[in-house]
Amino acid sequence: MNHTLAELQSGVAPAADPTVKIAVKGLDFFYGDFQALTDITCDIRDNAVTAFIGPSGCGKSTFLRCFNRMNDLIIGTKHAGLITLDGQDIYAPGVDPVDLRRRIGMIFQQPNPFPMSIYDNVAYGPRLHGMKKKADLDEVVETSLKRANVWKEVKDILGRGGLTLSGGQQQRLCIARVLAVQPDVLLMDEPCSAIDPTSVQKIEDLMAELKSSVTIIIVTHNMQQAARVSDETAFFLQEVMGEPAMLVEFGRTAEIFTSPKDKRTEDYITGRFG
Amino acid sequence: MRDMKRITNAAALSVFWFAGLTTVVLLGAVILYVFVNGIGHINLAFIFTRPHGVNAEGGIWPMIVATLYVTGLAMLIVTPIAVLAAVYLAEYAVQGRLVRTIRFAADTLAGVPSIVMGLFGLAFFVEGLGIGFSVLSGALALSFLMLPIVMRTTEEAIRAVPKYIRWGSYGLGATKWQTVSRITIPAAMPRIITGIILATGRAVGETAVVIFTMGTMIFTPVLPTDPGRSMTVHLYQMAMEGINLPAAFGTALLLMVMILFFNLSARWLLRRNRRMQG
Ligand SMILES: Nc1ncnc2c1ncn2[C@@H]1O[C@H](COP(=O)(O)OP(=O)(O)O)[C@@H](O)[C@H]1O
Ligand SMILES: [Mg+2]
Repeated sequence: MNHTLAELQSGVAPAADPTVKIAVKGLDFFYGDFQALTDITCDIRDNAVTAFIGPSGCGKSTFLRCFNRMNDLIIGTKHAGLITLDGQDIYAPGVDPVDLRRRIGMIFQQPNPFPMSIYDNVAYGPRLHGMKKKADLDEVVETSLKRANVWKEVKDILGRGGLTLSGGQQQRLCIARVLAVQPDVLLMDEPCSAIDPTSVQKIEDLMAELKSSVTIIIVTHNMQQAARVSDETAFFLQEVMGEPAMLVEFGRTAEIFTSPKDKRTEDYITGRFG
Repeated sequence: MRDMKRITNAAALSVFWFAGLTTVVLLGAVILYVFVNGIGHINLAFIFTRPHGVNAEGGIWPMIVATLYVTGLAMLIVTPIAVLAAVYLAEYAVQGRLVRTIRFAADTLAGVPSIVMGLFGLAFFVEGLGIGFSVLSGALALSFLMLPIVMRTTEEAIRAVPKYIRWGSYGLGATKWQTVSRITIPAAMPRIITGIILATGRAVGETAVVIFTMGTMIFTPVLPTDPGRSMTVHLYQMAMEGINLPAAFGTALLLMVMILFFNLSARWLLRRNRRMQG
């Protein structure tokens, strides 16, 4: 079931559909004078994996950072349009981005453990939010590391520095760190492009397990990965240098990859599959 | 043509090599000279007893105490101020005119000749505020000298903490202050400490500032308001007044060992940090 542009723009109130976790309507985004995104409209399904694909520089990371308002940290950014999470406008005046980021976790391309022990990395979020008892923390740390598929490798070295792990283990540690604050959305910005194949496999496995409880959005340049892990796929494109990027096509992953409606989607996918 | 290039290359290389060698030889010569002249004079009594007699025979214990006291106190005064100022500059201040002005002021302060700083200390702390010749006056004046060094190294250390590590913290719902205090400052800490140690080493070797503010009296200070004579001042007087040249060299050697110790510990900290993060 591909959503046509007409369907998307028909204006069904997003809150009315409980399977929609995040609804985006007519989003424009600017870095100062440079407009990076234009008129993006799409619904992100609850408890599903959505893949963002498209050439470098087409605004996938920018779009992702809109969901947890990470772009607020970059000076001179502004946006127009509406983004709702569970029907609530996330840019509404009463919304504190700090609270929002607890609910929407983010994984970056470069694994970024803090320069502290593995245990403290995972306990960092819960401690921030007031958890103090050792027993509670122990439990969160263990559960999160298990959910992030890295427990077996680190359970005997929890006191060791997070930065002593391999890149792939670091990335899973970062996933555990995010899961420890129990987000309901997980944003993953090319999480697998800087790590070893074994870890990639483990991350794809954990995504499949997580999606029953967490809505996942993943940016990836790997078409096979998008096809394997995602339920829905969004293809972005910046057609002209210096012009804003747009959402070309959005729909069920199986359909995007087998029978894309747009010629540009087809060209990109076939080009990437080689 | 190719030969020409090779010759130029070799010539340039030997010039660099020679310049490098000169530096090492000069440093070695200074250290060796002080070592040879000083080592005969250093023993436990020299370190742990008071000077006595007309030619200041005996030890330099009061000077060692005064030196460590005044630099330690200066370090305690300067660290919180410099670190807070640097955190403000690096993390909070809107980058613009004011920040540029503060940075320029710090750099200029770093370039003020220390004798001028000593004169200021004499006029302001010793006489103006009426603290008198004392360890406290000395420490306050020395902190002016150390402030820009600690501030700039701290600011650079904080800026060097990678953006994506901060983002990791913000991404977990941390506030700005939580991120600064729990991630950014701890991550920058080894380099901040290095800056403090280097500034302290600089203060240990300072003469002009302390002669104006702590005085020259041979006295083992206990209270911050007590006067004292630093090792550098003692060295100056022993040598210039021709009282006791061997004692001057002994003092010089001890001073060099102290400064070397500061620099080595700074390097050790940086190395250890690189190993832990790498
Ligand atoms: N912090 C920034 N400031 C200004 N322009 C930026 C910034 N980050 C990204 N851009 C620009 O926005 C566009 C989209 O970038 P990005 O979202 O990183 O694309 P992608 O993740 O798809 O590769 C690019 O043209 C990029 O140069
Ligand atoms: Mg990107």
